[in-house]
Amino acid sequence: MKKELQVAALENGTVIDHIPSEQLFKVVSLLNLDQLSNSITIGNNFHSSQLGSKGIIKIADKFFESGEINRIALIAPNVKLNVIRNYEVCEKKNVSLPNEITGIVKCANPKCITNNEPMTTSFKVIDKNEVKIKCKYCERVIAKEDIIIK
Amino acid sequence: MSKRDLVSITDFSKEEILALLEKAKKFEENPNQRLLEGKVVATLFFEPSTRTRLSFETAVNRLGGRIIGFSDASSTSTSKGETLKDTIKMVSNYADLVIMRHHLEGAARYAAEVSDVPVVNAGDGANQHPSQTLLDLYSIYKTQGTLENLTITMVGDLKYGRTVHSLLMAMSHFKPTFNFIAPDELRMPEEYKTFCRENHIPFNEYTDFTEDVINQSDILYMTRVQRERFTDLMEYEKVKNVYTLHRAMLENSKDNLRVLHPLPRVNEIDTDVDDSPKAYYFEQALNGVYARQAIICTVLGL
Repeated sequence: MKKELQVAALENGTVIDHIPSEQLFKVVSLLNLDQLSNSITIGNNFHSSQLGSKGIIKIADKFFESGEINRIALIAPNVKLNVIRNYEVCEKKNVSLPNEITGIVKCANPKCITNNEPMTTSFKVIDKNEVKIKCKYCERVIAKEDIIIK
Repeated sequence: MSKRDLVSITDFSKEEILALLEKAKKFEENPNQRLLEGKVVATLFFEPSTRTRLSFETAVNRLGGRIIGFSDASSTSTSKGETLKDTIKMVSNYADLVIMRHHLEGAARYAAEVSDVPVVNAGDGANQHPSQTLLDLYSIYKTQGTLENLTITMVGDLKYGRTVHSLLMAMSHFKPTFNFIAPDELRMPEEYKTFCRENHIPFNEYTDFTEDVINQSDILYMTRVQRERFTDLMEYEKVKNVYTLHRAMLENSKDNLRVLHPLPRVNEIDTDVDDSPKAYYFEQALNGVYARQAIICTVLGL
């Protein structure tokens, strides 16, 4: 049986695939997709042999800078990016954790200044494999399971 | 222009630490030097701390500087809801240097970012207290003649005690051997032990406070075991007197051993130790003034 495409094909743009379903709307918000005027197709709860259930985002005429797209590495590290030109996949990309994370994560320490002042948070990524980050301000190390996305 | 701050002890390299200790020594020889003539120093104590504030203010006075500031945030516009950023912005326009204590962790790093003048952290919650560490280092340096190859035994609350954590980080430049003596509930956290392993620093852990360990030591760094740190108060009752130092325990210790304590002490050092030539905690507090004079001059580039 021929496999049908679950979402219509793009002429030019970016497909973000293999997003864990529960993270889909966080990915949308981290990438500020609500600010874009491009055509965007968002699909969720599609079958995935890898994840069980996945989300897909297709954005027409949008090509991400790596700094921009790496913002989602914290919540969806295994996402696959397909760059589409003229209906063809011309590049496949993975996301990777940046060295520094600014403004996305909330510090887990309630006594941290960042939770008590109107200011931007900032973390150093100290372990990319195990995903450990360290608050630039209170110096608390936060493990993957304790990371809170704002 | 790059601005020098002291927020965390790790902001200073080994060479900078040693240069600062040499400076402290000069101030001890001659404490009154009017290097801050015409300068205004702001001491912002959002959280009260008598010892640290008086020590910093003595340092400024001995350097001939003038002081503005407060010792209690309730009398400031912080109580009206002013942000830390606005307070620091305003004060850094008035003063040449900001010395700040705050109950929130990371407040000093943020203040340093916001301020146009140098910021010295006089304690930010449970996070950092680098001037304490530098006065501890100065006390060790002065009493041992070196910082290299010393055996340092830390006793008491090694879990929450920020002074022991900062001292451990600072001493890591100088090939130390550590002994950690603490009740199970207050053991040295794993991240600091990992730090020691990564930096090839030997350490031993004990739950018993014995003369055996004391007799190997060059420095005995005592800390307070606080009741409120225990989830199980039975446990506290059991250990509260176990980590007390008595004079008799020093009988066979090395001649160069000195007992340090960040103060205030409660019952972890018996008063019979006070008259021992090995008791050093009161002199240690005095060293704080010299160390802080050196810190102030270092960040101001004087």
